[in-house]
Amino acid sequence: MISKYVIIGGGVASTGCIEGIRKVDPSGGITLITAEPYLTYCRPLISYLLEGKTTLEKMLYRPESFYEKNGVRVMLATKSERIDPERKTVMLSDGTSIGYEKLLCATGSVPFVPPFEGLDTVKSKFSFLTLDDALELERAITPESRVFIVGAGLIGLKCAEGIHGRVGSITVCDLAPQVLASILDSDSANIVEETLQSHGINLILGDTVAKFEENVAILQSGASVEFDVLVLAVGVRPNVALVRDAGGKIGRGIIVDDTMLTSLPDVYAAGDCTESFDITSSSSRVLAILPNAYMQGECAGINMAEGYSSYANAVPMNSVGFFGLHIATAGTYTGELHEIRTLGCLKKLYVNEGRLVGFIIIGDTTRAGIYTSLIRNKTPLDEIDFELIKNYPSLMAFSGNSRLKMLGGVV
Amino acid sequence: MPNYILPDFEVERRDDRCIRCRVCERQCANEVHSYDEENDVMLADELKCVGCHRCVALCPTRALKIVKYSGTFRENANWSNQSILEIYKQAESGGVLLSSMGTPNPCPVYFDKILINASQVTNPSIDPLREPMETRVFLGKRPQNIERDETGKLNNNLPPQLELSVPIMFSAMSYGSISYNAHESLARAATELGIYYNTGEGGLHEDFYKYGPNTIVQVASGRFGVHKGYLDVAAAIEIKMGQGAKPGIGGHLPGEKITEDVSRARMIPVGTDAISPAPHHDIYSIEDLRQLVYSLKEATEYKKPVIVKVAAVHNIAAIASGIARSGADIIAIDGFRGGTGAAPTRIRDNVGIPIELALASVDKRLRDEGIRGNVSLVVAGSIRNSADVVKAIALGADACYIGTAALIALGCHLCRTCHLGKCNWGIATQRPDLVKRLNPEIGYKRLVNLVTAWQHEIKELLGGMGINSIEALRGNRLMLRGVGLNEKELEILGIKHAGE
Amino acid sequence: MKRVYVNEKWCLGCRLCEYNCAFANSGEKDMVKALKGKKIYPRIRVDEHDGITFAVSCRHCEDPICVKSCIAGALSKEGDGMVKLDRTKCVGCLTCVLVCPYGAVVQDERGAALKCELCLTNTAGYPACVKGCPNAAIVYEERD
Repeated sequence: MISKYVIIGGGVASTGCIEGIRKVDPSGGITLITAEPYLTYCRPLISYLLEGKTTLEKMLYRPESFYEKNGVRVMLATKSERIDPERKTVMLSDGTSIGYEKLLCATGSVPFVPPFEGLDTVKSKFSFLTLDDALELERAITPESRVFIVGAGLIGLKCAEGIHGRVGSITVCDLAPQVLASILDSDSANIVEETLQSHGINLILGDTVAKFEENVAILQSGASVEFDVLVLAVGVRPNVALVRDAGGKIGRGIIVDDTMLTSLPDVYAAGDCTESFDITSSSSRVLAILPNAYMQGECAGINMAEGYSSYANAVPMNSVGFFGLHIATAGTYTGELHEIRTLGCLKKLYVNEGRLVGFIIIGDTTRAGIYTSLIRNKTPLDEIDFELIKNYPSLMAFSGNSRLKMLGGVV
Repeated sequence: MPNYILPDFEVERRDDRCIRCRVCERQCANEVHSYDEENDVMLADELKCVGCHRCVALCPTRALKIVKYSGTFRENANWSNQSILEIYKQAESGGVLLSSMGTPNPCPVYFDKILINASQVTNPSIDPLREPMETRVFLGKRPQNIERDETGKLNNNLPPQLELSVPIMFSAMSYGSISYNAHESLARAATELGIYYNTGEGGLHEDFYKYGPNTIVQVASGRFGVHKGYLDVAAAIEIKMGQGAKPGIGGHLPGEKITEDVSRARMIPVGTDAISPAPHHDIYSIEDLRQLVYSLKEATEYKKPVIVKVAAVHNIAAIASGIARSGADIIAIDGFRGGTGAAPTRIRDNVGIPIELALASVDKRLRDEGIRGNVSLVVAGSIRNSADVVKAIALGADACYIGTAALIALGCHLCRTCHLGKCNWGIATQRPDLVKRLNPEIGYKRLVNLVTAWQHEIKELLGGMGINSIEALRGNRLMLRGVGLNEKELEILGIKHAGE
Repeated sequence: MKRVYVNEKWCLGCRLCEYNCAFANSGEKDMVKALKGKKIYPRIRVDEHDGITFAVSCRHCEDPICVKSCIAGALSKEGDGMVKLDRTKCVGCLTCVLVCPYGAVVQDERGAALKCELCLTNTAGYPACVKGCPNAAIVYEERD
């Protein structure tokens, strides 16, 4: 079988790709192959599902009719085993293969599980990445469960929030001396830690598991944690196997150019499995965030359909809340720090070479997008009244003429 | 110094409707309203309220009402509250009382005692929706005789004329006394309507030169803003001798209203008081006036009509007769009830005569002297509606100036505090935050609507009389009857009493 | 598509648009009943500084970054060009707030996202901010 466009992976990058292709090519056949048994759903929502803030139906990223409307053949629960870039085919687990003209590899990431000693003795252990992970975890927990989460990153903490109130106790440990080490500094992490603790979540920081003995984790410090359910949320790794095995270039993730083309002809990649060029640190990084996945997917789709699109201004960013406390971050935290503390809000703005390169806001994140846009557009701060909007972001910072352009027309 | 002054108004706020949106607070330049956060209540400093109704008009829940202050001094038919308060004010300030707009005092409005005729049976009325009805008029001198060349062809000896689609023009209101946006509204409306607006004695902002073909420029005693370009761009030039609201005195625009733009238009330094002298210091006789009339004609190559504007005063007929012989093409007469941006209260309320009487006597005098064709007559001083226009024309006017009516169309609520410069409607102010409240896009449409509506009504009234043009109504006093007027009044107005 | 545009030259900063917006989206028939004693969460916001005032609401971008960034698939670009928020899908992560370059996505009383939908999804049927602007500073029109 041959399909003009083949997409491996059913995450958000695949939807971006479909919508990208359809912007240029209204009819070319698209086949979507996903190992999961579900249509594309919002992965970051799995914690909200456990929390009861969304439902399985509402978690669908696009309505069911989306695929038919866009002429997409969907192959659920189908694993792609191998890409043959010479013959332009994808080998599937059932032994069949699909030929492609253009291929998108959007295989996302896989949980990284350190080789803890005795992990195999733990009966009830889970990752927290996919919908199935969440559903399995949900089945395992009881109101009395003592849940132990290894990893105080976004996944671990969102998991904690998701099951909060449905279990007996939650303990989160992390080797880092703070929570959310990948997006916060210790100052701002403190505020989050206080919020978590005030909701009864036990935090063990600067310490991690040395070994497991069935229902007990022995920590490196010698302390021990007894638990009924273990969640491993240490981290994720880009799922690069298909492209790597086909001979594609791999760095930390799959290496793509700014049209999302890999080093293999007609093979594109997008989403968490790739490296992006982070304009705020001028370096290639894996930006495993949903907006990035969509935009890369869309860019790939347009280029696969022989339109032209370039995605060259990736900015790491996160907006996340824990128990009503909001966190908005973007960019990198280097350069001159402008710190503003107001009642219930901490704001850190980082300025480097006359441009805003990053920020951390804990609390009121109103209009943070104006900051993000300054970062994304690399706006020279001497062209705006930066002083004016340190406290409160506003388009007032721009000159009347720029504002006219911004608000008077179409972007 | 103790202050005995009472508020003019009370702010009635229905707390069950007030949603604390604080629009009233933000919109009041007089700072009447304020919000008390501690008690979550809106407060009002009523002494500052001028009754302009900006807050009432913008309150989204109709929670506000401005009512007359109900407190009173001991009742006294002779010493009214107003009289007492004015004495308190002067005892406190030692100054001349200032007022704005036309006099609010009850003074005879002869228009209201004149009724218009209509056709019944013996002469047919005309339906303006079915038959042509001419509201166009020309203002200017009429040629005295027909001239032909040796081949018998007509010599065009017609002096310059102003063509109006409807016998209504916007009165002189200077840039400075009113805002840039008010001026733009007037200029655009005049252009769209095919009529004229008048710069007043404030010069002409460079932005408005493009409206020149519909602009009458004024030359007044201060000569502010007068230069060759100013005269050249205009459709007509008006020499201002006097103003109905303040006959016999000059003008005074306080320095705070002389902003950068106003200063450029007036050709005086920023922040200096603009004082227009009471008389023109080069005009002490009709002969002197004639010199200025011809100077201006000479400067503009006899291509533009020259208007002489005077206030209606006791011997107006004789004055008009003199002006008609001065070479002027048009006489504008401004009656006792006319408006102003600022005038001494005593002058405004006590000096001059009503426009109806002035017009009737001037028209009669010029006819009697056989010089009515020398000039067109434009009258002003509280023309409030289309019926006033029709009555004025039947009394002998060629056209009317409207000032107050135009400002009301722009949003003026006649609070009569123009002289304070804090007009909440963006009209009589130069404060940028207030000026922007009058969007000319809205303003000009409202003016166009007003004049268009009046034009429809004028046609209806004309049709009812069986008359199909303004020309045929002019001076046609048989179309008017007085009610409740005495013999003398009827005689001066030149009309019969109703029933006669 | 027709959009709401604000001309700051004529914006008076009276904030009637904010109240008209809150009312239009309240589902109530009477403004007093809708807003009396309540904190409002308008989808258009007036900024004021140094004599300059202007209102900002969703620009309904051609290529809306909020739609691409929404982690819940709650934001969508409709066929008519309107950027629409399905509030039943929104989980309040505020990624849209983090990416909107205009600061035009606001929060409701629950902390979830809220944005202008041109009054096409409420009972007003025509942008209430436009209708109620006393100085025609807000217009609803097609521009290139």
